[in-house]
Amino acid sequence: MDQLLQFLISGLTVGSIYALVALGFSIIYNASDVVNFAQGEFVMIGAMSAIFLLKGGLPYPLAALCGISITVLVGLALDKLAIEPAKNATVVTTIIITIGASIFLRGVALLIWGKEIYGLPPFTGDKPITIGTATILPQNIWVMVGTAAAVLAVKYFFDKTIMGKAIMACSFNKKAAFLVGINVKQMLLISYGLSAALGASAGILIAPITFMSYGSGVMLGLKGFCAAILGGMGSSMGAVVGGLLLGLIETVGAGFISSGYKDAIAFFVIMLVLFIRPSGILGKAESDRV
Amino acid sequence: MKGLKKLVLAALCLCMGMVFGQGQAMAGKTVKIGSFLAVTGPASFLGDPELKTLQMYIDEINAKGGIDGMKIEFVHYDTKAKAKDAKNFVNRLIKKDKVNLIIGGTTSGNTLAVIDIVQKAKVPLISLAGSVRIIEPVKKWVFKTPHTDRMAAEKIFMDMKKRGITKVALITGNGGFDKSGRAQCLALAPKYGIKIVADEQYGNSDTDMTTQLTKIRATKAEAILNFGFGKAPAIVVKNAKQLGIKLPIYESHGVASKKFIELAGDAANGVRLPAAALLVADQLPANDPQKKVLLAYKKKYEAKYGPVSTFGGHAYDALFIAVGAIERAKSNNPAKIRDEIEKTHGFVGTGGVFNMSPKDHLGLGLDAFKMIEIENGNWKLLY
Repeated sequence: MDQLLQFLISGLTVGSIYALVALGFSIIYNASDVVNFAQGEFVMIGAMSAIFLLKGGLPYPLAALCGISITVLVGLALDKLAIEPAKNATVVTTIIITIGASIFLRGVALLIWGKEIYGLPPFTGDKPITIGTATILPQNIWVMVGTAAAVLAVKYFFDKTIMGKAIMACSFNKKAAFLVGINVKQMLLISYGLSAALGASAGILIAPITFMSYGSGVMLGLKGFCAAILGGMGSSMGAVVGGLLLGLIETVGAGFISSGYKDAIAFFVIMLVLFIRPSGILGKAESDRV
Repeated sequence: MKGLKKLVLAALCLCMGMVFGQGQAMAGKTVKIGSFLAVTGPASFLGDPELKTLQMYIDEINAKGGIDGMKIEFVHYDTKAKAKDAKNFVNRLIKKDKVNLIIGGTTSGNTLAVIDIVQKAKVPLISLAGSVRIIEPVKKWVFKTPHTDRMAAEKIFMDMKKRGITKVALITGNGGFDKSGRAQCLALAPKYGIKIVADEQYGNSDTDMTTQLTKIRATKAEAILNFGFGKAPAIVVKNAKQLGIKLPIYESHGVASKKFIELAGDAANGVRLPAAALLVADQLPANDPQKKVLLAYKKKYEAKYGPVSTFGGHAYDALFIAVGAIERAKSNNPAKIRDEIEKTHGFVGTGGVFNMSPKDHLGLGLDAFKMIEIENGNWKLLY
């Protein structure tokens, strides 16, 4: 049973990575009901830019900051060049556009950074911290702290700030939002920028643990998407609950049942949850939408 | 095939008409070498150096006047590691490009997918992929140059036996290379008196393997054997260090690149693995027959493209086994080339010394693998 503690801690560390990525989905979803499938690419671009700026000689904090800025520019460009021109498109069409964008971004990353795998040095050393019979890396704690900070920030943004509420309003009814004086176009642009910033921060936080290459965004995006669906799309607390739960199911399933069926067990639980609660654990029931 | 024969005949007539005399009988004739490699896609780190190596040496051979006066015509297609594309491209190489010999199949999956096609078309194929299933059972027209996963498993178990290790925890990924390696390990362990006490698996894009390693920690294993490639093995050794696991860790030849050491950092130290001699070329004793070949290849490749990998070396071996066979066959006839490839004897390549036979279409012994330990972030040749 002393293994259980390590399984739980491993689950939380993996889960917090998923949660951090899942949070990125919520902003754009809240602004436009669109699931942005290029979210994983934001994570990858943030991490890869930071890695190469660090290699190029910039100090770590500056490299991280520039990595986030570059990703924000990519996010803004994505909205301006691909999403906005298709403003009359349905939600499904827009989602397909984001899938196209993710393939495009991956291709560009391949051309710029090549096919190699890279890592970032950990923020504060890699001496494991012992908790009872289990151990955890300092970087994992950074990821958890980062996730907690991000979820509070996102929650505050949507619940307390005018801009956050304006973005929410756009998602409920674009026309009504426009009529009360909200610049819908601008809100959407901001939501893409913020999502990109959140994704890039996630990438930089997790790159020291998982390593990055041009294709890493696919799997991270997929797991983050699962976490977001599980917790309830659009809910920031849901993203965290979904992420941590997914991580725990994976590690406990691998630990006590079979590591070969780890993903199968996780997907089985997700299906089960969605069967009972189609809008996710903390998601709002779809009643006001047609 | 009829078309190919006609072409060869036409080329022959043309030569006869132009010049007489033995030495120059082949002038103006070309030998067509086709290849299908995974230059982009998930196996690009294998296919990319392979193609570069082929192109570099074919250009050099042609600049020197070709093989016995025959220029090499090189046709290449990128499969992106997709088996379906591999099939289409090999069909095209045979039917449209009418090549005399094919080098390729970067991955085992790509190679296995085309074996039936080349067997039927009777065109020799030299594969650059790892699986032992490519040459076992022996197929008349199929050869390969890389060491097999079975050889890697045997080399590792031999080393364990030498050190008195009898209980081993196996941890492998979910890719084709991993799964094939796992099967070989499970099958071979009893032969070396080794008991597999844990058989854990992970996904190749997973971010954390502490769960599997925690389970291993609770067993009575005396060593950990990780068969995998890419970033996952680096995470495995890092996680093992995080958990304070002091057991010796064995990796497969799949991590035989500097990237592994770069990613795993300190945690890589002490890891043992079997690998081709190219990795430790400068540490080989001066009387090692491979040393000269290895250093020459390394110097040439690095001057043009940057750090060598053992994968490009497999392409080097394939190309020069083919060149030797074409030279001896004095012809671009696929059947004659095939017969000569099978007679390859004492060819010193980057992978080892090749001695092929009708029963062995690889021709490498276990000594072709060197046992290597990582020490202070560098490869150290054990034996």
